Amino acid sequence: MLIIAVYALREALRRKVFAVLLVLTFAFLGLYWLGVRQAFANPPDLPPAGLDSREFAGAIVLGLGMFAILFLGSVLAVFLTLGVVRGDAERGLLQPLVTRPLGRTQLLAARLLGAAFVCVPYVVVVNTAAIVIVGRAGGWWPDRLVTPVLELAAAVMILAALSLLGSVFLSATANGIAVFMLFGAGLVAGILGQIAEVVNSHTLSQISKITAWALPFEALYQDALNRITADASGLTEFALDLGPFGGGRPGGSLLPLWALAYLGLVFAAAALGFARRDL
Amino acid sequence: MAALAVRGLEKRYGRVTALGGVDLEVGEGELVGLLGPNGAGKSTLVKIVCGLVRASAGSAEVCGARAGTAAARGAIGYLAELFRFPGWYRAGEVLELHQRLAGSQGGEAERRELLELVGLEDTGRKRVDDFSKGMQQRLGIAQALVGSPRLLLLDEPTSALDPAGRRTVRGVLEELRRRGIAVLLNSHLLSEVELVCDRVVILSGGRVAAAGTPDELAHARGVEIETGSGLKRFETAVREDAPRLVAELVAAGERIYGVRVLTTTLEEAYLEAVGGDEA
Repeated sequence: MLIIAVYALREALRRKVFAVLLVLTFAFLGLYWLGVRQAFANPPDLPPAGLDSREFAGAIVLGLGMFAILFLGSVLAVFLTLGVVRGDAERGLLQPLVTRPLGRTQLLAARLLGAAFVCVPYVVVVNTAAIVIVGRAGGWWPDRLVTPVLELAAAVMILAALSLLGSVFLSATANGIAVFMLFGAGLVAGILGQIAEVVNSHTLSQISKITAWALPFEALYQDALNRITADASGLTEFALDLGPFGGGRPGGSLLPLWALAYLGLVFAAAALGFARRDL
Repeated sequence: MAALAVRGLEKRYGRVTALGGVDLEVGEGELVGLLGPNGAGKSTLVKIVCGLVRASAGSAEVCGARAGTAAARGAIGYLAELFRFPGWYRAGEVLELHQRLAGSQGGEAERRELLELVGLEDTGRKRVDDFSKGMQQRLGIAQALVGSPRLLLLDEPTSALDPAGRRTVRGVLEELRRRGIAVLLNSHLLSEVELVCDRVVILSGGRVAAAGTPDELAHARGVEIETGSGLKRFETAVREDAPRLVAELVAAGERIYGVRVLTTTLEEAYLEAVGGDEA
């Protein structure tokens, strides 16, 4: 299985999209550093009583950075997995591999592992860089450091698994569009949740929650956002909850289990679909 | 035990029947040619044997193992009609990848031997992307031979080759016969099949339309005798009639310059078998 994972890793590193993404990432981090410096350069003379303006600005800019990292990580994950089955079969790359003794399920697992080898370090490194930028340029450090980074990496892996599942049934282009539509649906769910907070709508809040759990990459992102200001209170907490990049919603203790189960279910569906597919 | 035993094999795609109950056997070390017009089911049959396509009914066994199982896949080498290797790999790296997937212990010696066999020993550091189509096809054949398979399935192995390349492949097939490797050769090139195959199976409309050795498929079409008074043709005569016919003509005062026993060519036998099914 490791043979295919390494094969997938080599394929990933050879792709132009990887080089483009690296350039975009450096551009993003450079602009992000400039933006963060500006955000902290002119603090309000008289912030509202009870508002920790440094924490507020830090959490908002880091939340914005986390969203951008989630997006870039998702682009990477989707491009690494969108053509694993149908795309590679149409190009004739898959047939020589699946006729070897290695099973189809193992091949899929190896391709997901290969994506993880690239995406997880990418998200961890870039997210850590964003945290360091905010810390060094603004003097604010998130309340929780490790868990939010891991949650963001897990969110990207869920998108990779969804893309892998889509690759069994859809052509590469259709799959890419479908996964980014799901990504957009999750994003909308998050925004709806924050609107629900503002207008105090229970129904809207429920819709947002259900959607976030149906697409747990969003729930993980929301929980990560929540954790970076876990110790915020008073007006700062209230202002952050108004979003769009602060506050988030706690996922609760079941979220990691659900994310893991979801990853397993999506992978099982992909393996089942692949096992039944004629090539 | 037969290298390949196919019994009542059927494959339906919705209402379309690709294979309508095919029986076929390839003995150890036997070289069998699979002929038929486009859409006759040749590639479907080969794909079922190597586990790429699931049969609707019937059975296919490779060296006693059900087709598609890891044991069956471990016993075959397969060259797909449409295949591609990652463009950034070198020939040796492609073979190394397949050695690892096939669990071959052949190492560098096996790679060198296979590259020599298909005439690619001088490709050095050249990448697959820089190979001509013919070179890629020959690399495909070398890949199929990794791990010394007991049954080799070749789907149009000479489609991209020039005459010299075809001759190389014929040499490879003869070498495989010498080594006792069974081969199922799916090809449109009748002359090639006639030259190298022990037996021929002609598929038409998803069924076996004719099968036998090239000699069995070719039947008598009469005897032609060149005499002093011109060419005489005896359409109902067979080979055994030739001495008697010559004696009669000599007794009648004819001078004999040549005798030719006429038989159908494989091409004629093929066209007769497929009837109006020729695409």
